[in-house]
Amino acid sequence: MFAIYKKELRSYFINPVGYVYVGVFLALAALLCCLSTLVAGTYDTTAYFLYMMIALIILIPILTMRLFAEERKLRTEQLLLTAPVTLTGMVLGKFFAALTLYASTLLLSCLNFIPLYVIADAERGSQEYVVKHIGPVTSELIGCLIATLLIGAAFIAIGTFISALTENQLAAAIITIAVIGTMVGIGFLTSFINVVWIRTALSWISVYSRFGNFQNGLFDFAAILYYVSLAFVFLFLTIRVYEKRRWG
Amino acid sequence: MIKIEHLVKNYGTNCAVDDISLEIGEGEIVGFLGPNGAGKSTTMNILTGYLSSTAGRVSVDGIDVLADPLGAKKLIGYLPEQPPLYLDMTVDEYLGFHYDLKKCPLPKEQHLGEICEVVRIGDVRGRVIRNLSKGYRQRVGIAGALIGNPKVIIFDEPTVGLDPKQIIEIRNLIRGLGKDHTVILSTHILQEVQAVCDRIVIINKGRIVADEKTENITTVIKDNRRFNAKICGQQAQVLPVLKNMTGISYVEALAERDGDAVTYMIEAAPGVDIRKKLFFTLAERGWALIGLESLGLSLEDIFITVVNKSDEESTPTRYTRRTAKKARNALETQVANDLVADADRRREEASALGLPQDNE
Repeated sequence: MFAIYKKELRSYFINPVGYVYVGVFLALAALLCCLSTLVAGTYDTTAYFLYMMIALIILIPILTMRLFAEERKLRTEQLLLTAPVTLTGMVLGKFFAALTLYASTLLLSCLNFIPLYVIADAERGSQEYVVKHIGPVTSELIGCLIATLLIGAAFIAIGTFISALTENQLAAAIITIAVIGTMVGIGFLTSFINVVWIRTALSWISVYSRFGNFQNGLFDFAAILYYVSLAFVFLFLTIRVYEKRRWG
Repeated sequence: MIKIEHLVKNYGTNCAVDDISLEIGEGEIVGFLGPNGAGKSTTMNILTGYLSSTAGRVSVDGIDVLADPLGAKKLIGYLPEQPPLYLDMTVDEYLGFHYDLKKCPLPKEQHLGEICEVVRIGDVRGRVIRNLSKGYRQRVGIAGALIGNPKVIIFDEPTVGLDPKQIIEIRNLIRGLGKDHTVILSTHILQEVQAVCDRIVIINKGRIVADEKTENITTVIKDNRRFNAKICGQQAQVLPVLKNMTGISYVEALAERDGDAVTYMIEAAPGVDIRKKLFFTLAERGWALIGLESLGLSLEDIFITVVNKSDEESTPTRYTRRTAKKARNALETQVANDLVADADRRREEASALGLPQDNE
């Protein structure tokens, strides 16, 4: 599993894909952060995380589209499947490689918050009596960060699964965008639906509605569990895809 | 070393491997021979755990491939038909990945160096695989299969797309591997199995149709019984002499002419070496023998005979309108013949009894 993890991570950077992803991610993050805080004139970062979640619809497929589709097209999966590695090891190796790259760019993009702290510091210094908290709420920010990380993990698992279904990278990317887009979009849709039971049903598969608590400064364990289990289910399905193909 | 018992693999309704049983001993080099789509690759893919079988058991060194896939895979080095190369890696990176993937316990630098030397890719180790020629790529694939010194090495058509010099090199390499590995290779090139393998297994339509030691098959090839002889002289005079010669069972003049020489196809009686006698007989009469070419049964002939035979046996009679018509015609002919025979018999009986013939 570790060999596959290492190979995947390295292959992101011997291909242009990895650089494109990191570049686009960081540029987009910087732009969104700037627009949602500095330009909007607020220390509140929750809007930024919401925008990032929408940006992930495009960013995650860049990471996941090639994971299995390319292997299948080049027939290199034959090497992995005949090597002494379990299917679980193979899928997890690839998943964690994508997750590592995602997590590191996400953490790197936290540099965007530095200006907020600097400005807040200056503002605090200029006031004689500090009556309320000035600046971004660090704990809320960390909560949102963890949630975004796990939402990304769930999306990566979905992308991995879709990549295993096809040998066409472009098809994998487009389907992944559609699926993730729907999962995020449904959350926005629910606010327009008046029928309670439809709204409840839709919110079950909505990634967005569960993010609300984090935006309000609550660390929602139920949502965390939801994201983790979403990732788990799709990784399991990926393993099943390979298991089934072997028996087909 | 490898034991295949009643292996069956169906793709939907299509049967790719149909009840194959085979046992391969340690250090043997076995060649799977068969036309395209015979089930060679499928069998190999099942052996290596890439596919699973519909029925039957496969074990490698006593380890069941299904029960302990990891244990079995550790013992096998596999080069599929299309070498599984990551084109954007360098040769060293690729082999290093193989090494990590197989959790090889041998010292890395030394082991990889040895393998590169054996397959002669030492000079391209730093190059990106995408930029290598087909021959080098194939050798990198072979190097990958050799990493970790597996007990069993499986090559699926290892010499496809190589130039003649490379083919000879690869064959020598495989021969060398046979000293301390069990090697299975598949091919549809007959000379290849003849040159490399100890044992030839011919597969057709998912069944084993022949399983012989290579010597046994090649002795058939060496059996010099049929010749093409090019003889100068009048065909009308030469042919009767040849026909009357003892030891020759069949002679035929072919249409081929070379000046005043005529080519004859001669078949000797079994166990007789006719060549010397033929030479002196012709020399006595002043006819020059300017060419003698053995037409011994080639591996191709054997292969085609075996495969055709198995085709005839295994082709199921599909019941179509045409076969129905054929059957009906056959039946009608049969009945008609029976009636004629019956009438003849009665006529004979009647004439034997001296009864008057009734001519209808």
